[in-house]
Amino acid sequence: MLPTREQKLWMYERMVASRYFEDTIEAIYLEGKTPVFNMASGPIPGEMHLSKGQEPCAAGVCIHLKPTDVVTSTHRAHHVAIAKGVDLDKMAAEIFGKGDGLSGGRGGHMHLFDPAVNFSCSGIIGQSVGPAVGAALSRKLQSKDGVAVAYLGEGAANQGAFHEALNLAAIWKLPVIFVIEDNSWAISVPKSASTPVEHNDVRAIGYGIPGHYVANNDVLQVFKVAGQAIERARNGEGPSLIEIETLRLSGHFMGDAQQYRPKEELEMLAARDPIPAYRGYLTTVDALTPQEDAEIVTRARKRVDDAIAFARRSPYPEPAAALDKVFV
Amino acid sequence: MSNGTPSARKLTIARAMAEAIAQEMRTDPRVFVMGEDIAKLGGVFGNTRGLYEEFGAERVRDTPISETAFISAAAGAAADGMRPVVELMFVDFFGVCMDAIYNFMAKNTYFSGGSVRVPMVLMTATGGGYSDAGQHSQCLHGTFAHLPGMKVVAPSNAYDAKGLMTAAIRDDNPVIYLFHKGLQGMGWLGTEPASIVGVPEEAYTVPIGKAATVREGTDVTIVGITSGVHHALKAADLLADRGVSAEVIDLRSLVPLDRKHVIASVRKTGRLIVVDEDYQSYGMTGEIMATVVEHDVSMLKATPKRVGYPDIPIPYSRPMEEFALPNPAKIVAAYESMAALAGRGA
Repeated sequence: MLPTREQKLWMYERMVASRYFEDTIEAIYLEGKTPVFNMASGPIPGEMHLSKGQEPCAAGVCIHLKPTDVVTSTHRAHHVAIAKGVDLDKMAAEIFGKGDGLSGGRGGHMHLFDPAVNFSCSGIIGQSVGPAVGAALSRKLQSKDGVAVAYLGEGAANQGAFHEALNLAAIWKLPVIFVIEDNSWAISVPKSASTPVEHNDVRAIGYGIPGHYVANNDVLQVFKVAGQAIERARNGEGPSLIEIETLRLSGHFMGDAQQYRPKEELEMLAARDPIPAYRGYLTTVDALTPQEDAEIVTRARKRVDDAIAFARRSPYPEPAAALDKVFV
Repeated sequence: MSNGTPSARKLTIARAMAEAIAQEMRTDPRVFVMGEDIAKLGGVFGNTRGLYEEFGAERVRDTPISETAFISAAAGAAADGMRPVVELMFVDFFGVCMDAIYNFMAKNTYFSGGSVRVPMVLMTATGGGYSDAGQHSQCLHGTFAHLPGMKVVAPSNAYDAKGLMTAAIRDDNPVIYLFHKGLQGMGWLGTEPASIVGVPEEAYTVPIGKAATVREGTDVTIVGITSGVHHALKAADLLADRGVSAEVIDLRSLVPLDRKHVIASVRKTGRLIVVDEDYQSYGMTGEIMATVVEHDVSMLKATPKRVGYPDIPIPYSRPMEEFALPNPAKIVAAYESMAALAGRGA
């Protein structure tokens, strides 16, 4: 399964938008945090987990999804949210803790919910896979169209919740796809120190479901493998597991000095960045012209800039609104 | 007891729960049930009996021993438009799945600003008194009621059991439904006869968050839930023999807590005893006392008392467990100590 040129450019634009969003958030996050870094200060407080480098995992999967399909993601979810089509204005406002945010400021960057496109994420490692299995069960019970995709990191693949969810999805043959973004690092612990198998795709064997591995953060390969898995799920043939070798260009969170990461690896990061590589591919294979590229980049940046402006403009919530929405 | 139609047909709590679930399943295709041994077996405590035969394996799903997966799946299915009723066999097992309960089920509504609803019922068995020791006998009322984002109900009799289950299934919020094993009416488990009461055949609701006065009195208010209500009613009989008129309140819900109901009763009686089979410290007994004291301490004619479970793991040996559990005699003793203090002018 090969993407059309149009599909390739769709993925490229989402990747570019996601990267620019993260670059922008990174810059704003540092406002008010110098000379003394205090996580509680500035227009964007709290922990910030940037997804730079992991864009292929989002674009290559979400291109196959409709708004009605369900995605659950992780604490590092901006790229997936953008590829899934989450309302970017409201998402940015949520990250700023503003009243116009997706939840009116109650959730923040690790708890983004956009029911219009069936997206949610969570800050608890490995635990958001179960709700995706439940959404898939819901679709099956209602004979309703749709698949569910559960994102997790390679560190989360050692959580019990992941294994329980795979087992449940497999015995009930549910339309759910588990996507492991293997960025090699669970904060400071390398995959080699946490995981007894080289690639997590082999763990699918234990649950009798297909497992796929995508090397080199290759968005075209992600497109192909995810397309097969999603089609399989749509046809009622059950779940699949995909592990994608990806890249954490930033620290675990902003402020992470990454002293645990080998110097040679840090020096190689720029060379392994998937976006310039994909741009090079598109230029060579699909005759992406500089003008066309500039149009895509401009469009993506404008969308992000508009969202950030919306977030900055949006008022803070009424403090006492904190007491609302515990129940509906 | 409650304001439903009086009914000559008596049911156990187990039967009443199953009937409520069946009636909702007949009228609402979004309702389904999952948990361990809830299908062909009908639930270890009988509360899903007959559902598998009527509704089949699609809607009445036995799960693997995999509480994290199926409870978090219920939260995901509820957010996607279903109304799951899931069973955690013993409340003591919450340790293997609490993240699904309090970080997902209970928080997704808030974290979505109310745009995501999680209409699910998590029913789970509580209570001791039959030598099952400390991993199968806890109540944990305070544990669940302490954490925001989920309603918590716990019936003491079959009428409330059916009405609260119907209300829980119809509620747009997650509801923890705690049923006490000693009130359940299982043949192999000792049962409190007073929990088996008349239950109307038709569907009805008992409102969540409303307490009931199950015995009226003027001298002391005894507040309890599940087994505590039955201890309180027996204590009220013993106190009546001594010329003391006790009012007994069945909270029925821990969240929302019907504070007004308790306050109104204590305003009348001036005395308060709280009974709870859950661990005493940081729990329901303290919450009820704080509710009254914060509202108006001058209502009290005597120092309030509580009869809770000591802060120890639940022991296996019969005499040790009986020593630790609340009972009517302890409630009477609490009243007497209250009266003695008052007599001393304390």
